[in-house]
Amino acid sequence: MIKEWFKTGAPWIWLNAAAVSICLIMIISVLGLITVRGIGHFWPSEVIQFSYQNDEGRLETIIGEQVDSSVTPAAMAKATGHVMADNEDALVQYLIKTGNRDVTGTDFRWIQARKIKQQETPMAILVIERREWGNFYGQLVSVKENGKVVASGENAVAVALQKLESTLAVFKEITYIEKKEIGAVNYQLERLRLKQKSLQLTNSLDAGAQKSLTIETATYEERYKSYQAKLQALYQKIRQDSLALKTDGGNEVDISLSKVVRIYQPNNMGLFAKIAHYGSKLVEFLADDPREANTEGGIFPAIFGTVMMVMMMSVIVTPFGVIAAVYLREYAKQGFITRVIRIAVNNLAGVPSIVYGVFGLGFFVYILGGNIDQLFFPEAAPAPVFGTPGLLWASITLALLTLPVVIVSTEEGLARIPKSIREGSLALGATKIETLWLTVLPMASPAMMTGLILAVARAAGEVAPLMLVGVVKMAPTLPLDGNFPFLHLDRKFMHLGFHIYDVGFQSPNVEAARPLVYATSLLLVVVILGLNLSAILIRNHLREKYRALEG
Amino acid sequence: MQKSSGSYYQQWRLIKDNLARYGVIAGGMGVIVAVVMIFFYLLYVVFPLFLSATAEPVSQYALPEKTLGKTLLLDMEEQNQVAARFTETGHIVFFDVATGKTITNQTVAIPAGSQITSFAQATPLNEGVVIYGLSDGRAVLVKHQYKVTYVNNQKVITPSLAYPMGEQPLVLDDGHAALETIAAQVSDGSTTVVAKTAAKILLSSFQKEQALFADEATLTRSDAVLNPPDTGVQDILIDKDGSYLYLLGSQGRLDFYDISDKSTPVLKQAQNVVGAGQKITSIAFLNGDLSLMMGDSTGLVSQWSMVRDSSNHSSMQKIRVFKVSDKAIVALKSEQRRKGFLTVDAAGNIGIYHSTAEKELIKEHVADSLTDVAMSPRANALLMQSPDDKIYFWAVENEHPEVSLKALWQKVWYESYPKPDYIWQSSASNNDFEPKYSLIPLVFGTLKAAFYAMLVAMPLALMGAIYTAYFMNPQMRQYVKPIIELMGALPTVILGFLAGLWLAPFIEEHLAGFFSLFLVVPLAIMLFAYFWQFVPRSILEKIPDGSDAVLLIPLILMAGMLAFSISVPLEAALFHGSLREWFKDELGIGYDQRNALVVGVAMGFAVIPTIFSIAEDAIFSVPKHLTVGSLALGATPWQTLSRVVLLTASPGIFSAVMIGFGRAVGETMIVLMSTGNTPVMDLSIFQGMRTLAANIAVEMPESEVDSTHYRVLFLTALVLFAFTFVFNTLAEVVRQRLREKYSSL
Repeated sequence: MIKEWFKTGAPWIWLNAAAVSICLIMIISVLGLITVRGIGHFWPSEVIQFSYQNDEGRLETIIGEQVDSSVTPAAMAKATGHVMADNEDALVQYLIKTGNRDVTGTDFRWIQARKIKQQETPMAILVIERREWGNFYGQLVSVKENGKVVASGENAVAVALQKLESTLAVFKEITYIEKKEIGAVNYQLERLRLKQKSLQLTNSLDAGAQKSLTIETATYEERYKSYQAKLQALYQKIRQDSLALKTDGGNEVDISLSKVVRIYQPNNMGLFAKIAHYGSKLVEFLADDPREANTEGGIFPAIFGTVMMVMMMSVIVTPFGVIAAVYLREYAKQGFITRVIRIAVNNLAGVPSIVYGVFGLGFFVYILGGNIDQLFFPEAAPAPVFGTPGLLWASITLALLTLPVVIVSTEEGLARIPKSIREGSLALGATKIETLWLTVLPMASPAMMTGLILAVARAAGEVAPLMLVGVVKMAPTLPLDGNFPFLHLDRKFMHLGFHIYDVGFQSPNVEAARPLVYATSLLLVVVILGLNLSAILIRNHLREKYRALEG
Repeated sequence: MQKSSGSYYQQWRLIKDNLARYGVIAGGMGVIVAVVMIFFYLLYVVFPLFLSATAEPVSQYALPEKTLGKTLLLDMEEQNQVAARFTETGHIVFFDVATGKTITNQTVAIPAGSQITSFAQATPLNEGVVIYGLSDGRAVLVKHQYKVTYVNNQKVITPSLAYPMGEQPLVLDDGHAALETIAAQVSDGSTTVVAKTAAKILLSSFQKEQALFADEATLTRSDAVLNPPDTGVQDILIDKDGSYLYLLGSQGRLDFYDISDKSTPVLKQAQNVVGAGQKITSIAFLNGDLSLMMGDSTGLVSQWSMVRDSSNHSSMQKIRVFKVSDKAIVALKSEQRRKGFLTVDAAGNIGIYHSTAEKELIKEHVADSLTDVAMSPRANALLMQSPDDKIYFWAVENEHPEVSLKALWQKVWYESYPKPDYIWQSSASNNDFEPKYSLIPLVFGTLKAAFYAMLVAMPLALMGAIYTAYFMNPQMRQYVKPIIELMGALPTVILGFLAGLWLAPFIEEHLAGFFSLFLVVPLAIMLFAYFWQFVPRSILEKIPDGSDAVLLIPLILMAGMLAFSISVPLEAALFHGSLREWFKDELGIGYDQRNALVVGVAMGFAVIPTIFSIAEDAIFSVPKHLTVGSLALGATPWQTLSRVVLLTASPGIFSAVMIGFGRAVGETMIVLMSTGNTPVMDLSIFQGMRTLAANIAVEMPESEVDSTHYRVLFLTALVLFAFTFVFNTLAEVVRQRLREKYSSL
């Protein structure tokens, strides 16, 4: 009976079907995992107060968010050295984010469920997001101004929130002055220094030039001093308020409001408050700079860097890819050579991306960039301008990497256009280029678009070559700003993919950074899958269109 | 008028057409050339690794200050501009390297009434210290040093002498016996001198102690006396740390002492290093002072080094031999920064060798006979003296001696390793140890990672492709195919991140559950399939044909959960509670959290869409009349598939697997993030690895431009490029053939 059954081949078909199911399960669970963890990160989770019997047997209070749990079977727990009672069949542990790294030294802690004597979620618990030392969990005792208590008890939280608002406004002003205004002054001063040096190098630094340089430098330095004075005043203002707080261990801590980003009471929030909180966190994530070695705050520079790099790359790769495809399909004589070229181009898509990175570093950065520096920027030496990894080289390297994608896709589009259309145009007396420019290329433009979208999707997710040719973990300035020449191709930049690698694997506090990495991953996945889906849709649409033409 | 403007317009159109033609041809060719250039550029960077070294004469001149006596030692400073000739009369003649013109002539403070009876260079060589042993049992240490100044933008090098132990000679032998042979070791805090008189061997050590506030340093001295071996002492060597002493007897006997405690030297080993009748004619430390190079009267140079055996007992052993010449070796000099050395034979031939690369780099005839040689600290110039009092100055071009095919691809016996081995260790903590460039561990890691990835990806992707292309109903296929292909668009950095931070800890915790998946899931599927045939026809008819995959999803999920839940009691019953511990205790298999299993799963995930997509295309485009014909003749669908469809599509499936393998070999981020990146050679599925691609990502940013390391990394990139290119081309050619076959069918 069973032998018969095997003979029909049915079990093998079922196994093959299972392979498809497993692939589908794998992809859906990966996407689901990223989505759930990525989306969940910004939701304010409740803060629990545990009354916990510690190893010495004393009761202590632990305040924190539960972020993970693990269930270890009794036998395995025993093997790893836990004392287990006979009637216990598993050891349940929770990972608690306790924050307060400045007080306790760590911000995560594993606790055992069996030692929790009591747990509650008091309304009064405050979570404070800070610019250093991570989150703070505790209770507000009082609000101080210049060291004097101005509010305590019931209305302290309201006063604190009110004061925080004005402090944040001042902080914004400080950041603006420091980054934009003083940044611009520094940029100009550096420009003047280079100008002076370049004049010296060409032996044309005469008294007049020197004088005008000195005057210009003096005005900028004057401006710098005035900004300094302004900053001084602002700093004075921002530092006067502080909060007195009580930690779970009973310690009283003072936190200056200037270090605070956000204050909230998660246990005291209604649904709408939570949604508002979620929204503000999301905006922060998308639009703010990172804090604390990239483990908190936003990822705006990474998004910006990725977009800039991809745009630059598109500008480079599209014309070259299209010209190469037009040459291969319309001008070159079809034969052995074009076949070889086609195979070679196809295969370049399979060459490991890191090889492109090596090529980019050796050829573009060291050889091209080194020579550009010698020819055009002798005054900057020994500091390299283009002779170091940067946005331009990263874009060119990725353009080379994605070139096959554009060529293949464009060629496919050209091949799909019925011969009759070309012949009709030529028969009416149009030259070849007119035929191409006015009929063939417009019809093939969706195919080019598909190619470009696929190229962009590939470039946005590529990390390995970028690590060699221009991506950094923390770029102090964006590649686009208000200082002439506005677009700084020589600058290093941040990138979403590298951000994931760096924060997930190189950061000192991986545990704290993990939710942020999931959120970044989700963003990247959404962007890339979106791009790919649109490419697929365009392609399908195109197929339908030509089918109609051919018919 | 109308007509002419029309013809202008026509001409302009033609010109435009031609311009466009040439523009497109130039652009198209340009792009293709640029792409080809990648390969040639990589080759161009790698090429110098395999250039042979050259040595060329630059100038030759008469011995400067010939009247001051015979030469004891020639030496050169860093810039190859000033050389020094140490004479037997206690003079040091500094002369211009290129022309031989004397710059200064300085006299060493030798006390009146005593003669120089022995002379040696002190270790370490780059300190520039020499020692003179005198006829009255005293010794003088002299250091020659060079100051670089710029006068009118011209580099000027001024030589001078200094006395590290003071100008007053050190009294070594209280009996005032002449010092016949001498050696010294000098470092910041201590100086060790070993000298042999007619009757005994004296070891004196001086510790300099700087009191905290005093200017004067106090010297503490300790002495010891050794009995000279019966075979006499031909040469004495002290390593640069001052912890080992080597005495070479005249009949090739080597005595080796541990002198870490200077007052009580301990004889560790005494051994004959050459056969009877042969003699050691010259001896020198290799850079780092971990091995001795010994040249003998038959023209062999052997390298002896300390080797630790399995019982942790270390002894001097011969680890390799170079056949340099048929004549005796008259001089041996080692490079100061690399593991290379220079040999001179009795017929006036010089040779430059690299010890671990086991490579003869240069072999040149200079003169009929040579008495003294000097190699510059950067090993790029040679100074040689012949018996007819001539000096030869040669330039050496030898950039990458440490790379040879043997060093890259075969086992190499490195110093302080117990046996020859494949080792990748591209950076060393200091100059004493050399970088080790065996590519084998990296290639091994690459293939291991690709192997495990293919192990995961191949069955899933190929079986999935078969089902999707042949059995699945078209509506479903329309959705399933793009979904699986979308997997390929997921950035690998995200897969790597999930593998390293989510999957690796998960598998570590649920190892047994993970393995039981492979048992429970197929079993569950088979059971389900078996009982499916008993499902009443009325229900079957409501389910569309070829949607088995959907039915199986909940089943597989449930089977998976079952697998994880039964694994706990199973693990407790069979493996003492923890499979991981059991592996370690019972089988001795260690467990790395980020291991080949994790890489296999994560990279398998990345490779599945590639293989799936190509294989599915190949199977789907098998001409329909073949399958229809087979079914019409009475074959079951499965028979048709396995005997007709798969056979026809097999080249396409083959090329799918090749392209998938190529992708697995070159994948960087997943491996970088989900393994420990240690270049170990261990087949175990629970150990990590380092792949070629990940190695480039890790080391390239720190590598100095044009250094050997940089070029070796380019070589690995070239290997990757060539490997994937060949694989993909093969696959592509196979696919094109297949397409032609289909169209002809």
